[in-house]
Amino acid sequence: MQPFTTHTGIAVPLIADDINTDQIAPVQAMRALKPDYKTLLFMRARARDDGSENPDFVLNKPQFRAPGILVTGQNFGAGSSREAAVWGMLANNIRVIVARSFADIYRENCLQNGLLPVVLAAQDADAFEQRVIAVNGSAPFTVDLEKQSISGPGGGDISFDIPLADRMRLLEGLDDIGLTLKHADEIGAWEKRIAAAQPWLQRARDNRV
Amino acid sequence: MPRTLLDKIWDQHLVAQRADGRDIIYIDRHVLHELHAPHAFEQLQKQERPVRRPDLTFSMQDHTVATRPGRDDTTNPSGAAFLKAMREGSRRNGIRVFDIDDPEQGISHVVAPELGMVLPGATHAVPDSHASTVGGLGALAFGCGTTELAHILATQVMALKRPRRMRIRLEGRLGTHVSAKDVALRIIAELGVAGARGHVVEYAGAAVRAMPIEQRMTLCNLNIEMGGRSGFVAPDDAAFSWIAGRPFAPQGTLWEAALVHWRTLATDDGAAFDREHVIDCTDLEPQITWGTDPSQVLGISGRVPDPAAVDPSRRAAAESALSYMGLQPGMVLAGLKVDRVFIGSCTNSRLPDLQVAAEVVRGRHVADGVVAMVVPGSTSVKRAAEAVGLDRVFRDAGFFWGESGCSMCAGGNGDRGEPGERCVSTTNRNFENRQGPKVRTHLVSPATAAATAIVGRIADVRQVMSGYA
Repeated sequence: MQPFTTHTGIAVPLIADDINTDQIAPVQAMRALKPDYKTLLFMRARARDDGSENPDFVLNKPQFRAPGILVTGQNFGAGSSREAAVWGMLANNIRVIVARSFADIYRENCLQNGLLPVVLAAQDADAFEQRVIAVNGSAPFTVDLEKQSISGPGGGDISFDIPLADRMRLLEGLDDIGLTLKHADEIGAWEKRIAAAQPWLQRARDNRV
Repeated sequence: MPRTLLDKIWDQHLVAQRADGRDIIYIDRHVLHELHAPHAFEQLQKQERPVRRPDLTFSMQDHTVATRPGRDDTTNPSGAAFLKAMREGSRRNGIRVFDIDDPEQGISHVVAPELGMVLPGATHAVPDSHASTVGGLGALAFGCGTTELAHILATQVMALKRPRRMRIRLEGRLGTHVSAKDVALRIIAELGVAGARGHVVEYAGAAVRAMPIEQRMTLCNLNIEMGGRSGFVAPDDAAFSWIAGRPFAPQGTLWEAALVHWRTLATDDGAAFDREHVIDCTDLEPQITWGTDPSQVLGISGRVPDPAAVDPSRRAAAESALSYMGLQPGMVLAGLKVDRVFIGSCTNSRLPDLQVAAEVVRGRHVADGVVAMVVPGSTSVKRAAEAVGLDRVFRDAGFFWGESGCSMCAGGNGDRGEPGERCVSTTNRNFENRQGPKVRTHLVSPATAAATAIVGRIADVRQVMSGYA
């Protein structure tokens, strides 16, 4: 996984609550095993009914065509567990999402892919949102995970909290499987122990064959 | 100190604590589907990592499979690559595949319990947000993404933060033609689409105890629609006898030993929950969604809310939902003309769901102009339904009777509505464009869906069954 230290980019205000993964990465009638994740991102919102580009959608506006940070509301990423909803962000160089809150699975998918999910304290969130709207894509913001702060036009640095564990994984770009496999012996020991205590858990065989 | 059942299962499956502070939780059963597993197989192949426990892992073909009788890989052309990659990746790693033509193929959340892969007090993972369906049997199940799925394949564990505890007590008795689907929609309406975020929900109370296992699965299935990390019902004799004799369940002395342990699986009296919520189900009427998220719910006799009267933070969402759904504030939904009815999905496609719908349909006919579909949750459910003649009931009434799969729930197999159509559906998400571009979805129970198909308009099943509609 690519480590995350800092990221500088245009902050895009997509101010709404409960944006779900069907919106972020829609299921297409004709789908490919590996679609173009860049164009998949908010594909429906980006287009008008006749298929032409929707000029009103924020990511289609000239000042937001090269985004870096997404700023949004409560419960971002609700719904399906599809990871394409994170891959689409990365394909568009969005490596930070600042939300009022995240859906659990979506947040985990972010962490697995080196995308920093930031939740600001309520007052800071209001202030940051105002600044992002005011600057309207004319200048970038920088998110520094080491310092746990956001800096940019319109005011002072805003600091944010993130669980130590998540911060460490992102900063070091740790391979999650590698991290877990340091405990391979303990996993083996657990299996042995449970095979004795609750043998039905370690056995999933078809009794008919 | 008294403990919750969540904590008991968690502590029992706690292998170690990782350097980053996360709990390593052992996963007893891992069930994959073809939409997400191929990417994980590829990742592991690149990293040259083996699957740790292929014997505890099962592959299902469900999201992209066509439902048309006589289907094969090519019936839904855009599914073919997924089916093939799933087949190859599973075989390469020694994982049993329930392939498109397997007599036990079906939706992962339906097949795993019906074959006895799901056990009380066991942990379970699926790369799908509706994983907690199997909580109906007292298993602790987690949905996950693709990278986490690869992680489980390689390690047989998940690295998780201990969730918070919530208990929802469902008291009272459900009325006639009211089911777990109606209860779940009411819960989501009360708690909101993020109401259970970060929590594992234990469903308890007299109304839950009275629910057959399939309804408990429906209840737990919809847990994610309020953001819950997982949800379950503590197992009881009804669960044990439901599991007994299923092909992958323990037998003989192993069964006896399991039963002794399973009887200990309960929350201790006085155990503390972070949140508790109580709903009296006695006067609950059939529920239906009016909007574009699963918390926008009405009783069937209720009126569509006026956005001006809802909480200001929800106003814009309500306005946008009304516009998408083509509804006006103050409207009654019953009587509204529909184009399509879908009965199926991991939420409501088990045999009793189809039986309830068939009872409504029997001897009647789908209204003119309505396309009505029944898609059983598994090929086993389909066979069982056919053995008692339900397929005839549906077909004679004018329903399409399909091969098993996820079908119109997300339309990943090409089963979708046409733009502007109003679709009454037993699925789990009424998000914009989910069942096809511009399709207007109303979520309901199988009984309400069946009644609606017959009347051709959104119907109160209680009236249809008493002859007043």
